[in-house]
Amino acid sequence: MNILTVKPSPHIRSELTTQKIMLAVIIALIPAIIAGTIVFGPRALFMVVFCALVSMMTEVVCRALMKKEGTVSDGSAMLTGVLLALNLPVTLPLWQAAIGCIFAIAVVKQLFGGLGCNFANPAITGRIFLLLSVGSDMTAWVKPFYYKELHLWGLFETSGATAIDGITGATPLATGDAGLMELFLGNVGGSIGETSALALLIGGLFLIITKLISPVTPISYLGSLAALTFIKVLVTGGDMIEVPYALLSGGVILGAFFMATDYVTSPITSKGKLIFGIGCGILTFVIREFASMPEGCSFSILIMNLLTPYIDKFTQTKPIGAKKINAKEEA
Amino acid sequence: MSSNINTLTKGILKENPVFVSLLGMCPTLAVTTGAFNGIGMGLSTTFVLICSNLVICLLRKLIPSQVKLPCYIVIIATFVTLIQFLLHGFIPSLYTSLGAFLELITVNCIILGRAEMFASKNKPLASVLDGIGMGLGFTLALFLMGSVREILGSGTWLGITVPGMVGHTMSLFVMPAGGFLVLGILIAVVSKLSNRKPPKKFGCASCPNASACNAKCEEETA
Repeated sequence: MNILTVKPSPHIRSELTTQKIMLAVIIALIPAIIAGTIVFGPRALFMVVFCALVSMMTEVVCRALMKKEGTVSDGSAMLTGVLLALNLPVTLPLWQAAIGCIFAIAVVKQLFGGLGCNFANPAITGRIFLLLSVGSDMTAWVKPFYYKELHLWGLFETSGATAIDGITGATPLATGDAGLMELFLGNVGGSIGETSALALLIGGLFLIITKLISPVTPISYLGSLAALTFIKVLVTGGDMIEVPYALLSGGVILGAFFMATDYVTSPITSKGKLIFGIGCGILTFVIREFASMPEGCSFSILIMNLLTPYIDKFTQTKPIGAKKINAKEEA
Repeated sequence: MSSNINTLTKGILKENPVFVSLLGMCPTLAVTTGAFNGIGMGLSTTFVLICSNLVICLLRKLIPSQVKLPCYIVIIATFVTLIQFLLHGFIPSLYTSLGAFLELITVNCIILGRAEMFASKNKPLASVLDGIGMGLGFTLALFLMGSVREILGSGTWLGITVPGMVGHTMSLFVMPAGGFLVLGILIAVVSKLSNRKPPKKFGCASCPNASACNAKCEEETA
């Protein structure tokens, strides 16, 4: 019996599967989910579970309609749902959240061929779709702990924040009146996942330590945003508190650690990741300062997603010992 | 006779100028925020298309090929000016909502494309039938786009409030981004309904206009 078989490489396979990576990212998001639930009440947790379920159902239906093998077990649809939920205000009506999930999975991901073929991050695109479609519900931020005065913590409130009189507060990014410590711990209004910088940092560090994401993207993103804000303060002569403020308010930390590091839609090489992060930082700063919108995090990541193929092309690595072929010799 | 019927009907689905040939994208995306605008734009274009097809077809032996494009444009612009005055006089509301896009019918690729690909090589009757078919196909496409965008984006259809859509509208669909989204999905649906498969090889020969095109496909593929 021949025990030696001849096979092409790779011969050693990593234990790390898509399923395990997705599960790890969801675990990394648990602190943010807990923080969101503490600040915004049980409806926040309900939203996260609801979005995850709708996304997974959409994935199953899409794959069945396209007569392709099911991919729901790889966990990517669940992650998209969780990430999208963390990007939504807690009072968003459920049908809108469901439409966002269906758009993210069916249009952004499955129409382009499923996981690995989507050109943009589904969760970000789903959020932008909702922001442009139902803008007033998407920017209705409630104050922290608003739910304590409501019947059943507002769990079954389905008509959006506009129906809950007098508790709608603007996000601190729009008003600019919240202490730094409050911003860091999450005692501020905003979408479910972006409130607590501490919880997001715990999750982000977990991903960096387990080497699931490269620290290059978040550091270059946050670094360039901080640097630009610093320059702005120097030029306009404002208060230096604006620099940590720019980093802690809004969804930048959530975006930098969990969205800009998406494997499919960000560059492969470290140099590419650096360009990607700096581009996100510059765009976020420009949109926040000069555009009519208060937050530019999701738009900046989406724009850089679109540029990713070009960044990859410019930062392509050369195999060791490879020589550049002279164009004339080749011809 | 059957070839005449084929000339008339091919524009509606088989060679639909919007969903298959992807011509006239500018008005398709810009004016279809409502179903009524879509019909208005579509019928105006149909009128210009029929008249210009007929005139270009009759003059096809007189127009020297070196200056055919300027000649076509002059003929088309004549009819555009005509429809513009007619709309301004009789349907001023439509005239205002179509705005500059009415004048831009002059440079609409569908009209120039049909003049070049069909009217300049065929008999008058066939050219008119082709104009009617292509124009109706364009109108149908714009009406579909406008309906989807108006119902989802404004909660109305032809100006009538759609029950159940009040408070559930999504303003993205009346924005330009929504236009691209609806167009892409409608093209996918139409391709699915007409059982069109993506071409195995991308090139001149796989173009939906290949049969009517002047360029020699063999040269490019060789």
